[in-house]
Amino acid sequence: MGRYIARRLLLTIPVLIGASFLIFAMVYALPGDPIRALAGDRPLSQAVMAQLRDEFNLTDPLWLQYVKYVGDLVQGDLGTDFRGRPVLDTILLRLPVTVRLAVVAIAFEVLIGVVAGVLAGIRKNGFFDNLVLVSTTVIVSIPILVLAFVSQFVFGLQLGLFPIAGTTQGWYSYLLPGLVLASGSLAYVARLTRTSIAENMRADYVRTARAKGLPNKTVIVRHTLRNSLIPVVTFIGADIGTLMGGAIVTETVFNLPGIGRAVFDSVRAQEGAVVVGIVTLMVFFFIFFNLVVDVLYAVLDPRIRYD
Amino acid sequence: MTILPTPAPAPWGSAGAAPLLDVEDLHVEFRTRSGVVNAVNGVSYTLAEGETLAILGESGSGKSVSAQAIMGILDSPPAEITGGKIWFEGRDLLTLPAEEQRLVRGPGISMIFQDALSSLNPVYSVGFQIGEMFRAHRGTSRKEAKQKAIELMDRVRIPAAAQRVNDYPHQFSGGMRQRVMIAMAIALDPRILIADEPTTALDVTVQAQVMDLLKDLQRDTGMGLVLITHDLGVVNEVADNVAVMYAGRIVERGTVTDVFSNPGHPYTEGLMSSVPQVESDGGRLVPITGQPPNLSAIPSGCPFHPRCPRRRLGAQALPGRDCAGDVPPLRLVVPGREAACHYSEEVLGV
Amino acid sequence: MTDQQQKDLQHDEVQAGTTTGLAAPSVDVTSSRQNSLWSDAWGQLRRSAIFWTGAVLGVIFVSMALFPSLFARGVDPRDCDLANSKGTPSAAHWLGFDQQGCDYLANVVYGARNSLLIGVLGVLGVLLLGVVVGAIAGFYGRLTDSVLSRIADIFYALPLILGALVLLRVGPSTGLPVISERGPGAVAVALAAFGWMTAMRLVRSQVIAVKSSDYVAAARAMGASDFRILVRHILPNAVAPVLVYATITIGVLIAAEATLTFLGVGLQPPAISWGLQIAQGQSLLRTAPHLVLFPSIILTLTVMAFILMGDALRDALDPRQRS
Repeated sequence: MGRYIARRLLLTIPVLIGASFLIFAMVYALPGDPIRALAGDRPLSQAVMAQLRDEFNLTDPLWLQYVKYVGDLVQGDLGTDFRGRPVLDTILLRLPVTVRLAVVAIAFEVLIGVVAGVLAGIRKNGFFDNLVLVSTTVIVSIPILVLAFVSQFVFGLQLGLFPIAGTTQGWYSYLLPGLVLASGSLAYVARLTRTSIAENMRADYVRTARAKGLPNKTVIVRHTLRNSLIPVVTFIGADIGTLMGGAIVTETVFNLPGIGRAVFDSVRAQEGAVVVGIVTLMVFFFIFFNLVVDVLYAVLDPRIRYD
Repeated sequence: MTILPTPAPAPWGSAGAAPLLDVEDLHVEFRTRSGVVNAVNGVSYTLAEGETLAILGESGSGKSVSAQAIMGILDSPPAEITGGKIWFEGRDLLTLPAEEQRLVRGPGISMIFQDALSSLNPVYSVGFQIGEMFRAHRGTSRKEAKQKAIELMDRVRIPAAAQRVNDYPHQFSGGMRQRVMIAMAIALDPRILIADEPTTALDVTVQAQVMDLLKDLQRDTGMGLVLITHDLGVVNEVADNVAVMYAGRIVERGTVTDVFSNPGHPYTEGLMSSVPQVESDGGRLVPITGQPPNLSAIPSGCPFHPRCPRRRLGAQALPGRDCAGDVPPLRLVVPGREAACHYSEEVLGV
Repeated sequence: MTDQQQKDLQHDEVQAGTTTGLAAPSVDVTSSRQNSLWSDAWGQLRRSAIFWTGAVLGVIFVSMALFPSLFARGVDPRDCDLANSKGTPSAAHWLGFDQQGCDYLANVVYGARNSLLIGVLGVLGVLLLGVVVGAIAGFYGRLTDSVLSRIADIFYALPLILGALVLLRVGPSTGLPVISERGPGAVAVALAAFGWMTAMRLVRSQVIAVKSSDYVAAARAMGASDFRILVRHILPNAVAPVLVYATITIGVLIAAEATLTFLGVGLQPPAISWGLQIAQGQSLLRTAPHLVLFPSIILTLTVMAFILMGDALRDALDPRQRS
């Protein structure tokens, strides 16, 4: 197992480098002038612009710029934005917001998604099952963007239950955006759980468990749920890494100062260093949680062995 | 020995001992979207202590379904037990509350299945799954249950039981897995063990070992063994009595020696001549023609009549014995032999 | 369809902001069953309420994109009168007016064209890239496969919205054709550039599965060229899963377009787009909620149309699910 993890970690390096280089190339290599874009309406003198270009290595060939960037990166230096503020500071300041948002979203996936899936799966084709099927179909068809506004309007403005923007009310502020961010995955988790449970209820080993005269609760919890939740747990694990991408829209609409909002703002401002820094971090999270899931899978299912 | 309310004398074999299990006129149907499937249509048999009863039939003849009905583990819906009684230790299992029925499973009657790999839960160690019997029924501690699991694994001759107790089902060979199933099933010294095709998925050499093990365990414990199979060889080797099933009914029963040497039902006759027999003189194999019956549209009269080489219809038939119109009851043809055929006497040649 | 592919598809959808958990085409076919597969599938689709709901919605929105004036009751979306600014729905103007006083029904109706155009163009781009790269990787295997699969991994690790966001943001200053024009083409290209990986993996695995089959070996023995074997014998097997995937992806990409446009990098005014309408209505959510609500509803129904059709198609094409 240890060797497997080590090998997987090594394999993530090319992906990490490739993805960050891809973004790096888009930000810096495509024709266009970030310095001029930065200047916007304010005319900058040629001298200032040249100085800025030099500072950001913009005169070097692309590959050299990237090598210099990675060289700094491994020393913990993610560069600075055009205002001279270290990118690492921005990330450290913004990350807790996104982490909290992700925690709330995952909690909703587990609380609502898994519970609804279990109840639907145990009584397949019952009323609740059909309710879950219909509502998940509707939920997955609603773009996050739409869901964000509709929930702002209904729960925030009409009912006044939740704040519609900002983080002033602590964890409470994260409930609505967290639910919106989780919605799609939540529906998927409910369906996955339902299918998995309904399949497992018919499994031979569940029949064996009943033939052994085990109490009904043991049959369901120990011999059905335990097995059914393996794919669900691994999906939710992988979803942590994926939620970071979805956070861009949610954080923008709900005005949460997390890294999703930060990356959006810096794309708009063409703040190359911030964009590349945050995207690299997001890619790292994505790869990391996928690795965690693979390891988790082996822990949960003894049939899986990595050698 | 518990006194049964209706002490029916065993019609054959096991010289008069009161039966452990008495199945009376069991009916099971499956209600599916495409119609009702009549899987079991009036099955009756008894099983005595120490007796091995083989239930022989093609897939779809209702042999597994009737066994699962006895265990009370049919999935309902779609399965529905629509009639009959299952007497065990003086009680009709079908009228027991679910909780009491559950308490019979394991200490009273237990069951092993064809595919041990899929019948064992892949995510728990075999020791845990065997020990679960003691924990659920006896409240044994986890540690003690594991100790008992090792003893049981020894008893079913799994080598190095103490080392293997924490292994998972997929780490065992097919034969060893079936032994784990057996260990689990005999854990609480059940009065009856139902073995549903226990060796079908195994290699021939391993089949013999597993059957030997079952025989030895039966001799040691005196439990009744219901052996569900389509393998005539296995029946011949281990069973005392045999009940042949077709289309959810028992069409013939008697001692294995009798039935095999001189079948009393054309279907049994067909089975005998469709498989090679070691003792036979190399005569030709004759397959049974036609298709197994569709259980949602069982033929009228004798369900076997469309495939029967001896059928007599209309004018050929004796009054009340028209194969396509009159259902032949299971009747005593000669002492110790019952068959459900209008013309059993001819088939038997008596 | 393997677990990995289902995960892939799910990943795409989370990225696009419409997580269609249903979108897990598990289709597995061999060529000998192709004919009965399609006729069985149609037999099942005909009886599927989900399919008909999706199909009816789909037909409505496609007609809306083709003949908007029919649905706009003949009103020109750019015929505006500031006096009507933010007017609420009435008998004459079913969806009211926007801030500029333009008839909102006409504006929402005329938005269908861009959405569907981008959805369809985007999927065509995804399929083009996915099928070509997937077929090459699966067919040639070895190093080619390793390199192409690693490249797919790299794209895969980047969230779809994020990749497209960056590309569209820098696009206008690049002077490249299409991508610098800030039109539907640019959005479709950006979505395809960061959304082709699942189609690639789908095609790749189908190609690998069929490549070693007897009839491909037979075709090879007859001296058929690689290209011919691929096109005639291998790719037809991938049609069913790819069709399911493509149908659902149209919906996913329509949602992604609205999101990108909302974020300010997609279509630009004076283009008519649901994303723009939502963005412009955002600040008026308190006073004129209908400005966000109506385009949102239509957008959702459009996405739903394709997801329902894809969902029904998957069920119909999956032989394992049939009883």
